[in-house]
Amino acid sequence: MSMELDVFVGNTMLLDEEVYKLWLDGYTVGDAVRLRLEGGVLQECEASEEVLHSDTMDQFRTFQMCERFLHCPSKLANQLLFQIPPHRQAMLIERYYMFDSGFARELLGKKLSKGTKKDLDDVSAKTGITLKSCRRQFDNFKRVFKAVEELKGPLVENIQHHFLLSDRLARDYAAVVFFANSRFETGKRKLQYLSFQDFAFCARQLISYWTVGSVDSMLEGMDVDLEKEFLHDLKDLKILITDKDMLDQHKSLVCAALRGKIKVFNEMEGNFKNLSRALVNIAVKLTHTKDVRDLFIDLVEKFIEPCRSDRWAVGDIRLFLTHYTSTAHKLDTFRHLVIWDRYMGVVKSCILKMYHD
Amino acid sequence: MPGKLKAKIVAGRHLPVMDRASDLTDAFVEVKFGNTTFKTDVYPKSLNPQWNSEWFKFEVDDEDLQDEPLQITVLDHDTYSANDAIGKVYIDIDPLLSSEAATVISGWFPIYDTIHGIRGEINVLVKVDLFNDLNRFRQSSCGVKFFCTTSIPRCYRAAMVHGFVEELVVNEDPEYQWIDRIRTPRASNEARQRLISLMSGELQRKIGLKVLEMGGNAVVGYLQCFDLEGESGLVVRAIGTACTLEKLSNSSAAAPPACNSPSKDIKEPPFSEDPNPNTHSSGPSTPLKTQTYSFSPSKSYSRQSSSSDTDLSLTPKTGMGSGGSAGKEGGPLKTLLRQQTQSALEQREFPFFTLTSFPPGFLIHVGGVVSARSVKLLDRIHNPDEPETRDAWWEEIRQEIKSHARALGCHAVVGYSESTSICEEVCILSASGTAAVLHPKFMQEGCLDGYSDPSRLSRQPATFSAGSEKGEFDIFPQSKDSSAALGLEEPSPPSCGFCHIPYDELNIPFPAHLTYCYHCRRQKVPDVLFTTIDMPAEAAVTGKGCLIQARLCRLKKKAQGEVNATAISNLLPFMEYELHTQLMNKLKLRGMNALFGLRIQISVGENMLVGLASATAVYLTALPTPGGIQIAGKTPSDITYEQHISNMQKKINDTIAKNKELYEVNPPEVIEEVIGSPIPEPRQRSRLFRSHSESSDEVSELDLSHGKKDAFVLEIDDTDAVEDIHSLLTDTPAPAGFYSCNTEIMPGIYNWTSGLQMFTSVRVFRLSNANLTNQGLNKIFNDLCENLLKSLYFKLRSMIPCCLCHLNFTVAVPEDELIQVAVTAVAMTFDKDQAQENWKLGADKTHMKAIVENEEQLQFPLELCTESPSTNPFSPCRGTGLQESANAHATPRAASVDYSSFADRWSSWIELIRLKAQTIRRGSIKTTSSLEKASPLPEGRSRSLRSTRSYAGSTVAVVKMTPLSFIPGTRIIKYLGIINMFFIRETTSLREEGGVSGFLHAFIAEVFAMVRAHVAALGGNAVVSYSMKECVFMENPNKNQAQCLINVSGDAVIFMRESELEATPAPPQTSCSGGEVTT
Repeated sequence: MSMELDVFVGNTMLLDEEVYKLWLDGYTVGDAVRLRLEGGVLQECEASEEVLHSDTMDQFRTFQMCERFLHCPSKLANQLLFQIPPHRQAMLIERYYMFDSGFARELLGKKLSKGTKKDLDDVSAKTGITLKSCRRQFDNFKRVFKAVEELKGPLVENIQHHFLLSDRLARDYAAVVFFANSRFETGKRKLQYLSFQDFAFCARQLISYWTVGSVDSMLEGMDVDLEKEFLHDLKDLKILITDKDMLDQHKSLVCAALRGKIKVFNEMEGNFKNLSRALVNIAVKLTHTKDVRDLFIDLVEKFIEPCRSDRWAVGDIRLFLTHYTSTAHKLDTFRHLVIWDRYMGVVKSCILKMYHD
Repeated sequence: MPGKLKAKIVAGRHLPVMDRASDLTDAFVEVKFGNTTFKTDVYPKSLNPQWNSEWFKFEVDDEDLQDEPLQITVLDHDTYSANDAIGKVYIDIDPLLSSEAATVISGWFPIYDTIHGIRGEINVLVKVDLFNDLNRFRQSSCGVKFFCTTSIPRCYRAAMVHGFVEELVVNEDPEYQWIDRIRTPRASNEARQRLISLMSGELQRKIGLKVLEMGGNAVVGYLQCFDLEGESGLVVRAIGTACTLEKLSNSSAAAPPACNSPSKDIKEPPFSEDPNPNTHSSGPSTPLKTQTYSFSPSKSYSRQSSSSDTDLSLTPKTGMGSGGSAGKEGGPLKTLLRQQTQSALEQREFPFFTLTSFPPGFLIHVGGVVSARSVKLLDRIHNPDEPETRDAWWEEIRQEIKSHARALGCHAVVGYSESTSICEEVCILSASGTAAVLHPKFMQEGCLDGYSDPSRLSRQPATFSAGSEKGEFDIFPQSKDSSAALGLEEPSPPSCGFCHIPYDELNIPFPAHLTYCYHCRRQKVPDVLFTTIDMPAEAAVTGKGCLIQARLCRLKKKAQGEVNATAISNLLPFMEYELHTQLMNKLKLRGMNALFGLRIQISVGENMLVGLASATAVYLTALPTPGGIQIAGKTPSDITYEQHISNMQKKINDTIAKNKELYEVNPPEVIEEVIGSPIPEPRQRSRLFRSHSESSDEVSELDLSHGKKDAFVLEIDDTDAVEDIHSLLTDTPAPAGFYSCNTEIMPGIYNWTSGLQMFTSVRVFRLSNANLTNQGLNKIFNDLCENLLKSLYFKLRSMIPCCLCHLNFTVAVPEDELIQVAVTAVAMTFDKDQAQENWKLGADKTHMKAIVENEEQLQFPLELCTESPSTNPFSPCRGTGLQESANAHATPRAASVDYSSFADRWSSWIELIRLKAQTIRRGSIKTTSSLEKASPLPEGRSRSLRSTRSYAGSTVAVVKMTPLSFIPGTRIIKYLGIINMFFIRETTSLREEGGVSGFLHAFIAEVFAMVRAHVAALGGNAVVSYSMKECVFMENPNKNQAQCLINVSGDAVIFMRESELEATPAPPQTSCSGGEVTT
């Protein structure tokens, strides 16, 4: 004796955001029912578990039927099968593309390949996110990546245009795409303390200042790749550390500016040359793709860790970097100020963002 | 050759990939109408082809235009092998044939394949050029408008209602042709879809011809059904009510009061006293006046049309009922009337109306529900390809209905519908309706004749004109006791007139308990009233209504042929009886006294019969307060037993009290009277009756019992009764904030907001337990329905406060161990807080408006009154043959079997029969107060316009769907034509599509999508009076296969929000009423 068939179809798609979330989170119908029960739905509306089960099944089925439209969000507005009010459509899309930052953190910088997809069970085990949800998120990453990889124009706008996402979410996707494209190393143990949002911030900095699109403002070029010419020009900064006079002069200017203003003045003074060498060396190495990938690990190993061991406060770092950047303008023989500012602006923001426990 | 059909294929989108190699498709389109086919070019390698074809022109004659659909087939071109079909679109071009409906069909249609479902969309433009002028054209039935709506469509007024039209066509079912064995399922499904589409077209054309013949120009309440008889054929049949509709003047938009309240339009008038009252007063008066009634030109038509001149009087409709009564009536007048009516009756074959709500003034009295069923064997049809046999079957049933109505002193049947249930070779035909007395003013020309004979006047039923829904005041007061009083009496108020009995109280056809109307105090009313119609808008109601269902299963042995038919025939009366008892018990349990929208469905399966009765219960202020339910045991001596009984009694009493509170049923009178305590104390009664006792003597005993309050007594002398009581108490009420009803609107709720959610839900339950008892089965079925309702409440909880309206349940027994229940309904939000105040405010307004309208509207009726006044219209009928019918009911008789057909028709229901309740007269009621309440105030509702979600951004036009005839807060400004679609979906990969649920879910969603697309292409933004008339689901899980057939229908319309309308120059309501009246 059993219910052989049980369906409910509304002229306007009827959906419960909570259930949608459970579906997105990859729960089975049984688990979803349990979670809803625990969540106390029944208290707000008298009903039996049976009713809850039937409702959950229905909605899961609806979402499943809807999924193919969600893969191409612009179709959702054109399709005739389901009548969904626009604000609901936006919600469906936004939630579908929303990802767990824990998951994204794991995947950041990895190649979005079949191999990676196969390893998702590890990610699932590590993050506690269901495998089904991991797969959906992975597929979303890959879908967005493929769609915008070859496109010209601003990355965020491209994503927004194709996937009808909110500004915030589109930015996050931009970071994911950017990292996946440049394959930045983020998995090292020393980088583990950094969150997805830290990296997303850095990605935005890089996209805004170091890519082709950043120079040509929106018109052409691609946001996904760093500007080759710029990376090449960074070699010229080497003079800051190879020219002994310049290095000394730079140090004295910075010390003059910071004296009395930071607590770690002595440590700074003692370490200045190392720090400056580290920053400039990172810049110089960026011509090699391999070293580009190591950008973040380099920043942490060469700059952040030494500072941290000397117990610099964030404020100290900010002051140091500010003056370190600006005093270069006072160096008589240093001519690469445009490149310098472009480089240091981003590095400074990134370091400040990354400088925490 | 009256027309040129032109079609243009613009583009396609989202096409499926047909070529795996390229992941693309080389699509082209075939456009076919009749035997002519055109093709577009192949648009290579694209999923979004842009054909932009030339205009394909078909020169066709009108018959084809009406019968044939335009067939569009999208194919994938393949150089080496046969082209693969992607899918099809069938477009019904009927809406283009009426000058008032759509002028062009243009839009994106889903491309549908019976195996794969929707596969992309195609943009098509279709136009029709009519060569001939309209008149000429009208010789065919093109241009006759069809409406599913069972009331006069808003934005029209009925100049005349001609009456019942029916037609039936038969064909061989392609699925049973020999060729079906060798062709693909797809080909077979398509053959069926095409055939049904053709048959529907043909049916509509034929009905259209009948309408033209009658002088009408439209069919309202059009109900079309399919009978899949299997080997013996495929039947498409339809019934409807022919009318002459006139478009309300331009202001039309403005004119009809908002659709919100169904009732609003014209009906409002209720309060105002009837202008007509006079009618009575005057004697048989002058014949001349007749003309006045007839509203309009239309009359003339009708006459011509009417088949025989002799009949003249009411060509279209006639009143029927009065037949037998004559003898009993007091005055000669009555006799005269009666005769007149009778003759009218004879002329009119079936004075039936498929409408469920009427223009004000139309419905005078309601007698009760009449129904008939008959069991037939399909393999006995002599000439299966011809419709004659089926025509004869239906004819028999209709005759029976007619005679039942007559027995109730009524000359017409309103809210009439027909249905079938088929299992193998057995077919149960059912028909039901509400016996009623209609106002003569609406009769048409028939009157003329009548006039000449003075006596006749008042009675002729025939056509009525009128606006929207129902109104009922009766114009004629019934004289209390004797007809003599007539002239003097004041008219009974509209809010209660329809409750007054149409039959003669001295010759009550069945043992009902009559009291003076609690509202007007002037005339007799029964203690309970059952009807199949919507509640008249002006009826006075106390509290809110609620959905009531009676559910029943009966096992039967598997059998063949006549044995089987006889067994079913024998079971039917008992089922009806039990369903009725359940309804009555549940009604009492809710402290209410009337049922509207009663629909009883009995479905037959191989080894069981399933019965489901749904209705909306209300407390009519005019009717007496229902008594409680009293339980009594047979053997009072046993103490524990007594205790058990008193426990149960207590539970019942508690439930009644709770229900009264829940539905706000607090009739004012109760307070006044001590006696009135609604719940009789158990001990009071010395005797118990089983309420349903069949023998007439018991009945008489009943009356003897206690004077004061009556109670409904249940004797629990057997286990059945205990079960019954249990099931009574297990009906869980809707959760807080929810109301439900199966009528158009909920009595007692007036301020709808714009939240609207139409839905369809289907459940199939498998009984795996081989040894089920009737009780076990009942419980399962009961739980199935209850759980379904609970699920609906749960799913729609975000809409609270809301009301599920038009909850339409359909049961079927698709296979041996399966029970299928399908529901289509709409959830509508309303404003709880403002309910009270708004209502009052609204009331005043409505009141005023009502008056205005009334005046205008009733113009001619007024005249009429003066003339016809004379007779008491009703009285004549009263006497009628009730008696006989009563007997008939009392004892279910076994079906008479004749050779070819087993007709079992005992079933007419005269609902009142079984009531055993005794009513007391109550103290005086304040009429005024009740009057106020009486009007449902449409205005209040219309007022609350909540802005709905704006769908502005979406590229796909939003199409609302509702089973109701209106959308709250909006006004329908144009009817674009009828939507009547039939789809088949089949799969051979059931598991892959998510099992049966996944399969059906997708299919229903696709059907909705196709309906919406067609409406949008016609330029509409809503479907009203939507219904899913058929949902036949078959599966074979072992073969991983399933098939489903769905038939849906509705009216495509354009509506505008009232707020928008107000912005436009047309002044809202008042103006309209002005405009419409002119005729």
